[in-house]
Amino acid sequence: MTRDDYEVIIGLEVHSELSTKTKIFCSCPTTFGASPNTQVCPICMAMPGTLPVLNEKVVEYAVKAGLATNCTISKDSKNDRKNYFYPDLPKAYQISQYDKPLCEKGYIEIDTESGKKKIRITRIHIEEDAGKLNHDDFGGGSLVDLNRAGVPLIEIVSEPDLRSSQEVESYLKKLKAILEYIEVSDCKMQEGSFRADVNVSVRKKGDEKLGTRTEMKNMNSFRSITRAIEYEVDRQIELLEEGKEVEQETLRWDDVSGKTFSMRDKEDAQDYRYFPDPDLAAIKLSDEYIENIRKNLPELPESRKQRYLDQYKLSEKDANIITASKYLSDLFENAIKVCNNPKAVSNWIISDISRILNETEMDPIEIPFDAKQLGKLIVLIDKGTISSSIGKKVLEELFEEPRDPEDIIKEKGWIQISDESAIKEIVTKILEANPQSVADYKAGKDKALGFLVGQAMKETKGKANPKMLNEMFLKELNG
Amino acid sequence: MDITELTVHELLEKLEKNEIEIKDITNAYLNNIEKKEKDVESFVTILSEEAKKQAEEIQEKKEKGEINSRFAGIPIGIKDNICTKGIKTTCSSKMLENFISPYDATVVEKLKSENMVNLGKLNMDEFAMGGSTEYSYFKKTKNPWNLNKVPGGSSGGSAAAVAAELVPWALGSDTGGSIRQPSSFCGVVGLKPTYGLVSRYGLVAFASSLDQIGPITKDVRDSALLLNIIAGYDKKDTTSKNMEKIDYEKGLKNDVKGLKIAIPKEFYGDGINREVKEILQKAIEKYKEMGAEVSEVSLDIAKYALATYYIIACAEASSNLGRFDGIRYTYRTKQYSNLKELYKKTRSEGFGKEVKRRIILGTYVLSSGYYDAYYKKAQQVRTLVMNEFNKIFENYDVILTPTSPTVAFDIGSKSNNPMEMYLADICTVSINIAGLPAISIPAGVDKEGMPIGMQIIGNKFEEQKILNTAYAFEQEFKFREKYKPEFKK
Amino acid sequence: MKVSKEELLHIANLANLYLEEGEIPNYLNNLQEILDFANIVNSAPVEKLDITMNAIEEKNVFRKDEVEIFTDNESLLQNAESKEMNMFKIPKVIN
Repeated sequence: MTRDDYEVIIGLEVHSELSTKTKIFCSCPTTFGASPNTQVCPICMAMPGTLPVLNEKVVEYAVKAGLATNCTISKDSKNDRKNYFYPDLPKAYQISQYDKPLCEKGYIEIDTESGKKKIRITRIHIEEDAGKLNHDDFGGGSLVDLNRAGVPLIEIVSEPDLRSSQEVESYLKKLKAILEYIEVSDCKMQEGSFRADVNVSVRKKGDEKLGTRTEMKNMNSFRSITRAIEYEVDRQIELLEEGKEVEQETLRWDDVSGKTFSMRDKEDAQDYRYFPDPDLAAIKLSDEYIENIRKNLPELPESRKQRYLDQYKLSEKDANIITASKYLSDLFENAIKVCNNPKAVSNWIISDISRILNETEMDPIEIPFDAKQLGKLIVLIDKGTISSSIGKKVLEELFEEPRDPEDIIKEKGWIQISDESAIKEIVTKILEANPQSVADYKAGKDKALGFLVGQAMKETKGKANPKMLNEMFLKELNG
Repeated sequence: MDITELTVHELLEKLEKNEIEIKDITNAYLNNIEKKEKDVESFVTILSEEAKKQAEEIQEKKEKGEINSRFAGIPIGIKDNICTKGIKTTCSSKMLENFISPYDATVVEKLKSENMVNLGKLNMDEFAMGGSTEYSYFKKTKNPWNLNKVPGGSSGGSAAAVAAELVPWALGSDTGGSIRQPSSFCGVVGLKPTYGLVSRYGLVAFASSLDQIGPITKDVRDSALLLNIIAGYDKKDTTSKNMEKIDYEKGLKNDVKGLKIAIPKEFYGDGINREVKEILQKAIEKYKEMGAEVSEVSLDIAKYALATYYIIACAEASSNLGRFDGIRYTYRTKQYSNLKELYKKTRSEGFGKEVKRRIILGTYVLSSGYYDAYYKKAQQVRTLVMNEFNKIFENYDVILTPTSPTVAFDIGSKSNNPMEMYLADICTVSINIAGLPAISIPAGVDKEGMPIGMQIIGNKFEEQKILNTAYAFEQEFKFREKYKPEFKK
Repeated sequence: MKVSKEELLHIANLANLYLEEGEIPNYLNNLQEILDFANIVNSAPVEKLDITMNAIEEKNVFRKDEVEIFTDNESLLQNAESKEMNMFKIPKVIN
C-alpha cells in the first residue's frame, strides 16, 4: 500500500502567550528578553507563603479569544493545579484549568483545496507559562531563569479534524491572525509566544478507529511543523506497513537532522493529580460581562478580507495574504492613508515585503519600519522623485535601518533625474557612444532602443526617469 | 510588680499612665526568656539584641511624638511559619533551616506598622503538621504547667511562650486545631478566626483552604486587641474577605443573657476524657447561671469531618510542599548525580517522618484511581459539614464543646502512633472544614493541675459573639487568678 | 482498599521521596490505617451534594493588570545553594 491509502489525523494544542502587561498571578512585567531572574518576585519564584491573585485581563483576553473562535463561554469555571516536578516550574504545580475551561466547543474556518472547512475547537483554557532552562555548555549544569514563569497563556485545543500538514498550516495561520486581530497575543513565534503541540496519527482509509498518536511538543515555526508532520506520517506508515505498531509517546523534533526522537527520559508515568486550586476563587462570568466583550470585539480577518475585496478591489489571493497578518493588514491600511494608492501598497506588500520576510524568516510584526514610511516611499515613486527600481533599494534600506525615505534618497543620492536638460545631456552622450545601435534602430531594429535606455540607466545608476529617457531617445532618434 | 505577669491591655494602661517605659517591657520579657527558655524551649530564633535595640528606638520616637500607635513597643512572638523579612523562617524543618524570607507576611507588616517589637520566632510541629510540637526538627517544646508534658501543637511554641510569660502574646496558625489545642493544653486563650478574616499572605501554606493565622493571648481582651491588629482584607490574598473593619475590643461585653448556646452531644461522647467532660459541665452550668439559654443538639459530623480533614489537608499539603525541591531556597542534599536524585534525596533528608507520611497520604488520595473515592468524596462531605453547622446557627448563637478530648499528654507517649495523634483532633477539625471561627479558653484544671480548655464556635465572621461569650465566662471564672503554670519537673 | 508496597513506592516516587527498605513497612501500615479510617467518607450521606473547593463564597476575585516591580532582587536569590549568572544551578537537564 502507499501513502494514498492512509488518512492522516492531526489535532493541535496551541499555546499562546497573552499580551498583558503583568503576569497571570503576580504584578511582574512580562517583557521578553530581560536579563535572567530580573522580572521575578516572591510569588512567581514560589517563595513559601506567597499566594496567586488572578489578573483580570487574562480572563478578558481568554473570553475574547473564545468569542472570536465561536466558543461557548463558560459561566462556571475555576483554576486547577496540575502537579509535577520540573525545575522550570517553581511551585511544582502549574495553575491551569482541568474540567471547567473558560471556553468550549468552538470552531474556525480554514481554506483548503476543496473549499472551506470547519476545524472544531474543543476548549480554550488559561494557565501560566513555565520558566526557562539555560544549558551551560562549560559548567556541565543547567541554569534556571524564572522570568517567563507566570506569563499568562491560553491553550487552544482542537479536535483531531486536520488531515494534512497544509491544513495544519492554514489552521495555525488563521488562528494566529485571529489572536493578533483581537489583540490578545502578539504571536511572536520566534519568541515562543505562539507554539503548538502537534498530535499525529494515521489510519487506513475507511477505518473507523483512530490510530495510535504521537505528540511533538513546543513547535514554533511553520516550516518545522510541516516538516515534522511529513516525517512523522511517513514514519508511522512505514511502521504499519512493516506490521509494527506505533507507540504512543512524546517526540522531539530535531530541525537539523529532520527527524523525530523519542523523549524517553520520562521514566515515570505522569499522574498530574489535578485538583481545584484552593488559593483562588471560582470564576462565574455574567451574561452582561460576556456580551460586553462580544460587542467590543474588533474586526476579524474574514470581515477585513471582504472589505478589501469590495473597497479596494483586491484579488482574493492578495486579500488573503494581507489579512493573514494583523500587522500586514494594519500596514496596508495605514500606508494607504499616506499615499492613497491601495494597488501600489498591496503590490509592495505581496511582492517585495513578503519576499524579504520569507528570506529572513521574519514575522510581519517584526517589520522594523512603519506604515508612514512605506506610504511615503510610494508617494516618492508616484511623484516621480524616484524610480520603482530605486524604490526597491529604499525598501531594503527601510528593513536595514528604518528612517524617512526622503532622507534615505537624499543621503544616498538616489533622487531621480527628471530635469529635461540633464536627460538630454545623457541621451546625447549615449547616442554618441553607440553609433552601431543608432544605426540598428534606424534600420528598423526596435530592440536597439531598449539597449540604449539600459545604457543610460547604467550610466545614471538607475536614477534617470525611465519614462523621460524613453521619450527623449525617441525624439532624438526620430527627430 | 512584674511586667511579664501583666496582660497587654494592662501594659497599655500602665504605659498611658507613664508608670512604665516602653523599653522596660521588652527588657522584662528578655529577662524572663533568659531564665525560663532553657526549660520551655519555645523559640527557634530569639531576637534579643534586635528587640532591645528596637524597643529603645521606638521609645525614643514615641517620646518625640513621631509614632502614635497605641501598641508601639509592645513585644510579640511569631510562629515560625509566618514569613519575616531578613529573619529566618524555618517552619521548624531542616528543609528551611537557613531560609531567610525576602518579604514580610501581611500580618507581620501590620505588626510593624504598629511599631511592635518582634521577640523571636516560635517553635512548632514541622510545617504545622502535628499536635504536640514533638515533630519540630530543632527541639521539643515543654508544657510550662508540667515540663514532662507536651504543649500541644502545632503552635506549641506560641502557646507555651505565652503561658510561660516569655512573650505577652503571640501569633499562631490553625489548620485543624493548631491554635486552639495548644492553647487548651497551656491554659491560654487561642482564637482561630473565620477563614478569610486574616490574610494568609506570608503564612507558609500547609492546607490552603483550612489555614488561618490567629492570636494566642493571656486573656480574651488581648485576643480581641490582637485580632483588631491582624484582621482585615488583603488584596494579596484572594481568599481574604473584603468587609468593613470591626473593633472587637470596643465590642466586648460581659453579658450573655438570652445568648443561645448549643451543646452538640456527639462532642461529649465516649472518646472525651471524664474530667474534661466534668469541667465542661461546670462551665455549662455557669453559663446558665449567667442567663444564657443552653440546649443540647445533635451534630453528628465529627467522624466524617476528621476523615475529610485528613484527606483534604494532606492532599493540599502534598501539592503545597512540592516547591521544597532543593533548587531555589531550601536545603539541598550534598551528593547527587542527576535531577531526580537531587529532588528525591533533598526531600527525603529535608522532611521529617510525619511530613512525609502526610505527603504520601495526600499524593495517594489525589492520584488517578483514588481521587473520586477519597478527595472528591471529602469535598462533598465538606459541603455536608457546612450544611450541618448552618442548620445549628439558624437557631443558636454559639456552639460549646471541649477543645481537646484530653489534657496535655506526656512527651513521647503518642509521637510514634500517628493515628492516635490524628484522633485527638476530633473536636477542632470540623471548624476548619466549615471555615468557622472558634476560640479556646481555659475552663479549669484536672486533678493533676493541667489546664482544660473549652471551645466556643461561632457562625462565619461572628468573632464578636464568641469573644463576648468567652469574655463573660472569663470575667466570672477568673482562671488566671486561680491557676498559674508551675514548671513542674 | 488494600495498598501494596508497589503502590506505596509509586506514590513516593510521584512525590519525589525515597523510602528506605526498613521504613517501608511502617509507612505502609500508617497509610493503610489512615486510609481505612478515611474510608468513612464513603458512607456519608452526600449523594446530591456539590463539592466545596474552599471556604470562601466570593467569585471572580481579580487583580488589575498593573505592573509592580519587586525591587529587592538580591533577596530572592540569597537562599540558593547553587547559582551562576543570577540563575539557579542544577544538574544538567537535557530536553
